[in-house]
Amino acid sequence: MLKDQDRIFQNLYNDKGSDVSSSQERGDWVNTKEITDKGRDWIINEIKESQLRGRGGAGFPTGLKWSFAPKEVGSRPHYLVINGDESEPGTCKDRDILRFEPHKLIEGCLIASYAVQAHVCYIYIRGEYFVDGQKLQAAIDEAYEKKLLGKNAAGTGWDLDIYIHYGAGAYICGEETALLESLEGKKGQPRLKPPFPALIGLYGCPTIINNVETIAVVPTILRRGAKWFASLGREKNTGTKIFCISGNVNNPCNVEEEMSIPLKELIEVHAGGVIGGWENLQAVIPGGSSMPLIPKERCETLKMDFDACVEEKSGLGTAGIVVINKDQDIIKCMARIARFYKHESCGQCTPCREGSGWMWRMLERMAKGDATKDEVDMLGDVTNQIAGHTICAFGEGSSWPVQGLLRHFKKEIEKRNNLDPIVQKKNNIPYLVDQHLLDKKNA
Amino acid sequence: MSLRRPAKEQPESFEFNASSLEAANAIVAKYPEGKQQSAVMALLYIAQKQNNNWIPLVAMKYIAKFLDMPYIKVYEVATFYTMYNLAPVGKYFVQVCTTTPCMIRGANQLVEACKKKISENECELSNDKSCSWMEVECLGACVNAPMMQINDDYYEDLDKQKTLDILDKILNGETPKPGSYRGRVNNEPENNRKTLMDLKNA
Repeated sequence: MLKDQDRIFQNLYNDKGSDVSSSQERGDWVNTKEITDKGRDWIINEIKESQLRGRGGAGFPTGLKWSFAPKEVGSRPHYLVINGDESEPGTCKDRDILRFEPHKLIEGCLIASYAVQAHVCYIYIRGEYFVDGQKLQAAIDEAYEKKLLGKNAAGTGWDLDIYIHYGAGAYICGEETALLESLEGKKGQPRLKPPFPALIGLYGCPTIINNVETIAVVPTILRRGAKWFASLGREKNTGTKIFCISGNVNNPCNVEEEMSIPLKELIEVHAGGVIGGWENLQAVIPGGSSMPLIPKERCETLKMDFDACVEEKSGLGTAGIVVINKDQDIIKCMARIARFYKHESCGQCTPCREGSGWMWRMLERMAKGDATKDEVDMLGDVTNQIAGHTICAFGEGSSWPVQGLLRHFKKEIEKRNNLDPIVQKKNNIPYLVDQHLLDKKNA
Repeated sequence: MSLRRPAKEQPESFEFNASSLEAANAIVAKYPEGKQQSAVMALLYIAQKQNNNWIPLVAMKYIAKFLDMPYIKVYEVATFYTMYNLAPVGKYFVQVCTTTPCMIRGANQLVEACKKKISENECELSNDKSCSWMEVECLGACVNAPMMQINDDYYEDLDKQKTLDILDKILNGETPKPGSYRGRVNNEPENNRKTLMDLKNA
């Protein structure tokens, strides 16, 4: 287990209060000027050497992202945007940072803004977190009062203004370009990339977008050094991470732990074990609903980090761990996730708009045992038609969980659904669009 | 995508009152000059708050004029985002999370409680028109499942009986205390905490 002194979020459970003075006791705002005095190249290099990867789901190296910001500020100002649109089912870590460790985030904003030369920072928070956003606003107001923000913020000589922008219940706005559209006062529909936001982002200006947790760990990394951060976890999967353990466990909780911690240890030690014992475990979703589930046998030895999860054909995502035990109907669980994606598709790309609803309807039928034999293959086919054929990663996000279900629980679906196909024989029906599906051996 | 329709019965006029106007001007000032369209989401919230929890079409027209942008752009935003209510929802708007992490911890019991106390169908006003409920997608409090949101506040770690008690209170016009209903402290592992114990005991 990680030593307490190596935990970055000391106030994760709000034992000490979140105001400036108690945050200073925990080390925030203590030598901010010393950090910025070392220069932006040093900051970006130190973050690169710490091997910090984005905590929002994709795991992109943060130092590298910052280095994409133009070196000189041209006619267009630079912006820093913080992504707090935490909507991935299974994830609730940013909420605790917003309400209990706001000064880690605000100081991180100052340092990151200095590094990418932004004078304005927008924090995009999902609308449902209004109360938590108000707590962050109170912390921002206090920071202005104590001259930690505004002109010559915290004595660093850098001017910075931070504004909160509330979303309004759209999951897709967690996608960075959809978030920018939303910030500009439009529907949250993702943009084509390239151009990437680092060059053409908010209002057409260079914009760096980072997750709340990523920015909140930056000040501690710079204080304690890249070497300390890189010594935790393993190569390319360094540092600590807040894990959210929900679902069928005895003590669901948020906990900060070292990267690469075994999944079994997280569940048994921190979350009080699976309800009904480890043997009652059915599957685990390791990183928020868009990551494919992992069946029990693989959970025994799985290490929780980016690369280890990819080896299991899943992903660490946001580290929102959903534990599903054998009392649950796994097909129904996935059908509900499919319904989530059907509801949240922004409707811009046809494969996703139509396909997400199609997957949901098929899975609902499969949960009831009303599907035909050939639909199992058709479901797999639909997921392949969505993934990779959309503007943003939502296409993958909605089809991966279904692919995970088919990969590990196909037998369960087939056992329950053995109705004969509606079109039994190979007829050449000229107006049937999906003739090629009938040509398959089961048709 | 979700299907969203404006209410059939619409008021004839809308304009910001003094406090809304002040809040709206403060928000427009957050954004660069000429980019006032960014304020549209916040202004829709203000209109919703002022107008008893829902946004009539005239309010969208008013906001379009206020921000000097086309009405259709405001309409697009108001119909795209699900937190803008396009029809009356009552003074207390109950949203029950039923996405998988809540579902597997018994969110359907919360739905049953709402059906019993408020109305048989979702998005339907209660008899006294003070309250309505709906199922929503993940509210981002998964380790506190099952949970629901009433107006701005989260009610966490619920079961059927606790939900019935909370709904009784709001139907009586009281505001119940938000937070966990199993007495746990925030998101710590209940009775099983093993980290940062020095801070807890200090």
